[in-house]
Amino acid sequence: MSNSSIDLQLLNAFASLLLLLSFAMLSQRRIVTMVKLLAMQGMLLGLATLLLAVRTGQNHLYISAALTLSLKALFMPWVLHRLIKRLGVYWDSEPLLNITVTMLAGLLIVIFSFGLAQPIAEFANTATRSAIGIAVAVVLLAFLTMITRGKAMSQVVGFLSMENGLFFGAMSASYGMPMIIELGVALDVLVAMLVLGVFFFQIREQFDSLDLHHLEKLREEK
Amino acid sequence: MEFLALLVAPILGAVILAFFGARRFAPEANVAISVVTFAAACALTVRVISEGSITAANEQFFIDPFNVFLVTLTAFVSLNTSLFSRPYMRIEREHGRVNSAQSRLYHSMYQLFIAAMLIALTTNNMGLMWVAMEAATLSTVLLVTLYRTPSSLEAGWKYFILCGVGIAQALFGTILLYVAAESVLGAEGMSALLWTHLNGVKGQLEPAVLSLAFVFLLVGYGTKVGLAPLHNWLPDAHAEGPTPISAVLSGLLLNVAIYAVVRCKVLVEGSLKSDLPSQMLMGFGLLSVVLAAFFLWRQRDIKRLLAYSSIEHMGIIAFAFGMGGAVANFAALLHMTVHSLTKSAIFFAVGHAAQKSGTQIMDDIRGLLTLSPTVGWGLMLGTLAILGMPPFGVFASEFLILTTAMQQQPWATPILLMALGVAFAAIFGRVQPMVFGETTAKRLPHPPALLPVFAHLALVLMLGLYIPSYLADWYRLAARLIAGQ
Repeated sequence: MSNSSIDLQLLNAFASLLLLLSFAMLSQRRIVTMVKLLAMQGMLLGLATLLLAVRTGQNHLYISAALTLSLKALFMPWVLHRLIKRLGVYWDSEPLLNITVTMLAGLLIVIFSFGLAQPIAEFANTATRSAIGIAVAVVLLAFLTMITRGKAMSQVVGFLSMENGLFFGAMSASYGMPMIIELGVALDVLVAMLVLGVFFFQIREQFDSLDLHHLEKLREEK
Repeated sequence: MEFLALLVAPILGAVILAFFGARRFAPEANVAISVVTFAAACALTVRVISEGSITAANEQFFIDPFNVFLVTLTAFVSLNTSLFSRPYMRIEREHGRVNSAQSRLYHSMYQLFIAAMLIALTTNNMGLMWVAMEAATLSTVLLVTLYRTPSSLEAGWKYFILCGVGIAQALFGTILLYVAAESVLGAEGMSALLWTHLNGVKGQLEPAVLSLAFVFLLVGYGTKVGLAPLHNWLPDAHAEGPTPISAVLSGLLLNVAIYAVVRCKVLVEGSLKSDLPSQMLMGFGLLSVVLAAFFLWRQRDIKRLLAYSSIEHMGIIAFAFGMGGAVANFAALLHMTVHSLTKSAIFFAVGHAAQKSGTQIMDDIRGLLTLSPTVGWGLMLGTLAILGMPPFGVFASEFLILTTAMQQQPWATPILLMALGVAFAAIFGRVQPMVFGETTAKRLPHPPALLPVFAHLALVLMLGLYIPSYLADWYRLAARLIAGQ
């Protein structure tokens, strides 16, 4: 392939944008914006998969790309938007750590991730292996987002962003998992969204709020 | 054929009960479906004993001595739990804690949960195993929150998020496993995720990637096992849901999760040729045993107490698998069986005791023996069994584990013994006044189902006194398989 280096550069650009979006999510307190960032992440992931499909000519990657674009870039953000509107949760409460500290922690996480991904990247024989470190970083940053947030909705956004990171990892390390597994995972995530929707309404019915501070009663002293 | 029935029965059952789960006959239908599943499991076992390991559906599923005994155990305990849930859920409906929609949800999800566990146990595909484990979590989240109380919602949320994050780690581990395997087995036809194929080439898999994979897999599936310090969801989820669900969560789901960990350990150990996976399992196991033993003292809710006891026993099992070797694996398998039977029996007895007293707080449950000797004795005997008193089976397996530990890991023996002692004092001191003394309990509108309690306890007693030779052979085969011989 003559244009392979351009491909590769584009893929790397996508990877770095993914990481950037993770940081944006980490610092964002408006839940609607977080969902938008998540949708952009899904879009980038879908485009990266599509690019890889064109580059390697593997059919299952086309399906995977279509699935990612429709589910992660459109459907799930749409569901989340509707939930936000109906539940009226627009802002997250004050984060547990202030933004500066969180960002610094995020930086350390990125360095750590690249260290962690080193042996995998050395071993993998894909052209995109340099992006594995970024995938690990996206997963761990999403984890950090979940830890530092108080609202149920932002934790869910973090959770989905983690799923994005995992998919990106699978893609850059081995051009994706076998089709049936990807379908299975997608199904699980969809069902999880459904369960969550039901769950949110139950929580709100009970507490009139989606603030997780209400959910801190079950301590050991009980 | 048997195999198809085993998986199709609960899935079909879930669909049927999703429509008719609120009818009068729903609890009986639930039992009937479980009977079919159990019959299929028995037929499958007979076949595996006579023919050896089998594979199905283009090698996507396989049955070997290790998982067939777990399949039978799962089908058996789920059948008895459905028998127990028949009067239990009727009483809950009459007490107004559950309406018809919730009853539908309960029955349908119960079967779906069983189906997910059976798929996770029988699949040969590590990716499918992940999907099934996640499905098992998702099907029980709404059951934990069935009563819609604030604390049950909190428990459900914790369960969902912690297990979700945990299982995401396991997905990453599975991806790494695939990356390592792909270079040996090729990406075609999914053979790179099939356990039997992986097991054949485990010596060639890249150790650096696999050790990293194992860390993620252990943390991921370990969260579902309830290994400390990843156990936070477990006591809440066990305490707040309906008791039949606590029984299957504790008796079955934890077993399935530890099964997944052991499958991964076999692969990774074969690749690494070092004892890193063993040491990690032993470390997590010991930490769980010690932590749970001390947390037992702080519990006031009987179901939380039992949940911590489950964490303790899962720690013992993880430790035994960590020690490895044929004897320790044999003991761990036996302990999985007896723990599953005993713990579910105690939950059955506790479920009725809590309904009689209208509370789960131990201080408010008194003198069960006066009103209902069977529930009282069921709880007492079950407690003695789970605490490792002879002649019950838990004694046999714990004795084996401890004596093996003395030979292989002498440093760990005093820690284990101390933790077991602490747990004994904590649990026995609490349960004794619940059973004896003046009563506060009242009669129930439906007679409690005590057959499952005593059936389980009788089996545990039998396993303590005498293990039938075919069962022992079966355990030995599985133990050798796990030891990689």
